[in-house]
Amino acid sequence: MTGVSVFDRLEPLLPSVRKPVQYVGGELHAVTKDWDGAAVRWALMYPDAYEVGLPNQGVQILYELLNERDDVLAERTYSVWPDLEALMREHGIPQFTVDGHRPVGDFDLFGISFSTELGYTNLLTALDLAGIPVAASERTDEHPVVIAGGHAAFNPEPIADFIDAAVLGDGEQAVLAITDLVRAWKAEGSPDGRDGLLLRLATSGVVYVPAFYDVTYLPDGRIQRVAPNRPGVPWRVAKQTVMDLDEWPYPKQPLVPLAETVHERYSVEIFRGCTRGCRFCQAGMITRPVRERSITTIGEMVQRGVAATGFEEVGLLSLSSADHSEIASVAKGLADVYEGTNVSLSLPSTRVDAFNVTLANELSRNGRRTGLTFAPEGGSERMRKVINKMVTEDDLIRTVATAYGNGWRQVKLYFMCGLPTETDEDVTAIAGVASRVIETGRQASGRRDIRCTVSIGGFVPKPHTPFQWAAQLDHETVDRRLAALKAAVVKDKNFGKAIGLRYHDGRPSIIEGMLSRGDRRVGAAIRRAWEDGARFDGWSEHFSFERWVAACGAAFADSPVSLDWYTTRERELSEVLPWDHLDSGLDKDWLWGDWQDAIGETEVEDCRWSPCYDCGVCPSMGTETQVGPTGRALLPLSPV
Amino acid sequence: MSRQPEGPPPPPVVQRLRVHYTKRGRLRFISHRDFARAFERALHRSGVPIAFSAGFSPHPKVSYAGAAPTGAASEAEYLEIGLAERSDPESVREALDAALPAGLDVVRVVAAEPDGPALADRIEASTWRIRLPGVAPETGEAALASFLALDELKVERATKQGPREVDARAAIVAGWPGDPRSEADSLPCATLEVVVRHLTPAVRPDDVVTALRRAAGLSTPAAPVATRLAQGLLDAAPPQAAMQLVDPLG
Repeated sequence: MTGVSVFDRLEPLLPSVRKPVQYVGGELHAVTKDWDGAAVRWALMYPDAYEVGLPNQGVQILYELLNERDDVLAERTYSVWPDLEALMREHGIPQFTVDGHRPVGDFDLFGISFSTELGYTNLLTALDLAGIPVAASERTDEHPVVIAGGHAAFNPEPIADFIDAAVLGDGEQAVLAITDLVRAWKAEGSPDGRDGLLLRLATSGVVYVPAFYDVTYLPDGRIQRVAPNRPGVPWRVAKQTVMDLDEWPYPKQPLVPLAETVHERYSVEIFRGCTRGCRFCQAGMITRPVRERSITTIGEMVQRGVAATGFEEVGLLSLSSADHSEIASVAKGLADVYEGTNVSLSLPSTRVDAFNVTLANELSRNGRRTGLTFAPEGGSERMRKVINKMVTEDDLIRTVATAYGNGWRQVKLYFMCGLPTETDEDVTAIAGVASRVIETGRQASGRRDIRCTVSIGGFVPKPHTPFQWAAQLDHETVDRRLAALKAAVVKDKNFGKAIGLRYHDGRPSIIEGMLSRGDRRVGAAIRRAWEDGARFDGWSEHFSFERWVAACGAAFADSPVSLDWYTTRERELSEVLPWDHLDSGLDKDWLWGDWQDAIGETEVEDCRWSPCYDCGVCPSMGTETQVGPTGRALLPLSPV
Repeated sequence: MSRQPEGPPPPPVVQRLRVHYTKRGRLRFISHRDFARAFERALHRSGVPIAFSAGFSPHPKVSYAGAAPTGAASEAEYLEIGLAERSDPESVREALDAALPAGLDVVRVVAAEPDGPALADRIEASTWRIRLPGVAPETGEAALASFLALDELKVERATKQGPREVDARAAIVAGWPGDPRSEADSLPCATLEVVVRHLTPAVRPDDVVTALRRAAGLSTPAAPVATRLAQGLLDAAPPQAAMQLVDPLG
């Protein structure tokens, strides 16, 4: 018998683990359906702790739209913390879903959404706890088909040994297409078993099945060729693109957790895609073109979502929310509707632009004005030209003057360290920018108690971006530059005390770099690190650089590749990249040209308001930019 | 000059309602913070005209009376809400019960008397049922008798401030064996009921189990399950077996 709840066995263990509520389910809008009545059963995982995984929009959207189908059942599972993992192993309890507490191994499909490559070891833990062989090649007809999605799935080669398939791009239509294929295959009596199903999935073009491709290597370690090894399997697998966001207004019934999570709000994606062209930004490159959700749909989703959840915060999400063609009307309309209620609105995207301050003022009309965040990303003008972040220092100063002048007390600035062509001076320039921000803020506000927080992330070159060929900066240099920046801030007698500096050491970025641009040989290092105890690698208290270095040493012994080879080595145009057979729509020649433009400090304009620059996505994917203005109004709406 | 919220101050509280609710089944694992968040969202969804505090971060007028610890179930939790419009208590009960997940069930809602004692002053003790899975009823009963025969039993508990000692015996008003079959779908096991006076620091069901282990060498092969059966004032009559507490909602 399959699909039987393990809760009776789990419950006695829960009093001895941290935050047991995260394992019990029972959230508002959670769904439990009859197991036997379902033709196709999905277990969906976000491979991190519940508090991070539950709010994930991707999983919530797929969970809801799959469960809307009468004969489809979808349940959720998250990574269990090591305290419960140990108890589950001791008591023989498998990885379970939080909805029905059913064993994950009993489902037809096991879908995992990767926002970050640092979740790969958590996939291995979940597979192993579920009793699913970690190696895809050892699975039988008894095991679920393991499918990866999310941004990291645009180069799933490092986890090719552990997954059966990957979906590139938007998941809404893809999961339904996969469901239809599985339903039909099961109805026919599962012809040719697991292999037969995988072949149907691969030939449909909806998913990439790594096992149906052979990779050969050159003596120096580079890839020679990636070729399909089955008839009918496409040479290249293209990403999925949802073209009308108004037809997919999910989540409609968002999950409201009992446990505390990292985002406690109702989020509406106001558009998908971005063509600003920031060269470091994988999300902006792989989600093209821009597709706006209309102002009326946004209004309806917010009204229904707030009423259905009781959340007191609404987030208007996208890669650059102020770029929505009708954002001013959206902001004003929502501020009008919710004025005098306890619902607050936030715009968690961060372009350096005085218009953003105006929007933030509108959204905080009757609320507290604490912090505003902007992302200049590069400390010097030169650096910003390299990354195509088209903002001058004067733009930034004007923007923060407006912010402090309108009563905002704190400005947060995001930067990166380790960008291509970066020098020591490009990083120390951040200190000068921050000082000017404080000086300007004190003048604009007439107060001395204003603050500027500078957060710095380590740059990791990502597949499908112009920086996919770049050498990642070694962590010693990153750490040295950040230490010099800190010294420069501390030395500043006038402004240093008003500047907060936040950064982490550069070592986790190196591992993320290998997992991002790695090929199938990296799988051995992942497996080794996991066997040595790697879990929750995105959490600094669990991450061990030494463990990963040792795992790479063992996995890559007697081979031409190494941790450095995958990270700090610059690639040539002629090199076959591990993800070249995975089609994000971006033309490789255009990407290379943009990489050369980066080195030449040449900027490129957004194609929404200047001519097309031929990145290749629209013609190859049959898509087009969808932006307003629609001229319609957010209303009629009434507050709840 | 700091910015102040514009517009008139929020409407005042015109009615106070006292709410008796439960924490049942798997929802026993929610913490008090989790409950408070879930309750405030349920208020928001239910349309109950809750009053709010003034300021930039208005808070709904809810006061909680001594919540059961994480992991303990309860049939008798209490809180008080302040409303900005007078409402029928039974309609509020129905609206809140519908808005809360199953397991957080609203049993009763009554209007507080304007000049009566505060809710907290109507609660001085709890009756707990403690089930000890895997322990034979006679063994549990004997351990309880040994514990009750003592005048004092200090047990150590880990707190955020480090280990702390509490006298578990001092808080016990009465204790008696309960029904070993109190949970229909579980195997019969030792089941004890104790009336615990609310002291500072509080003696929790865990402390009582620790005390039973210490007093009688009791071993618990599986995690004990505690359920709060009642809260209220102690009756004037001398402590006795199976004593009742005075319902705080009258």
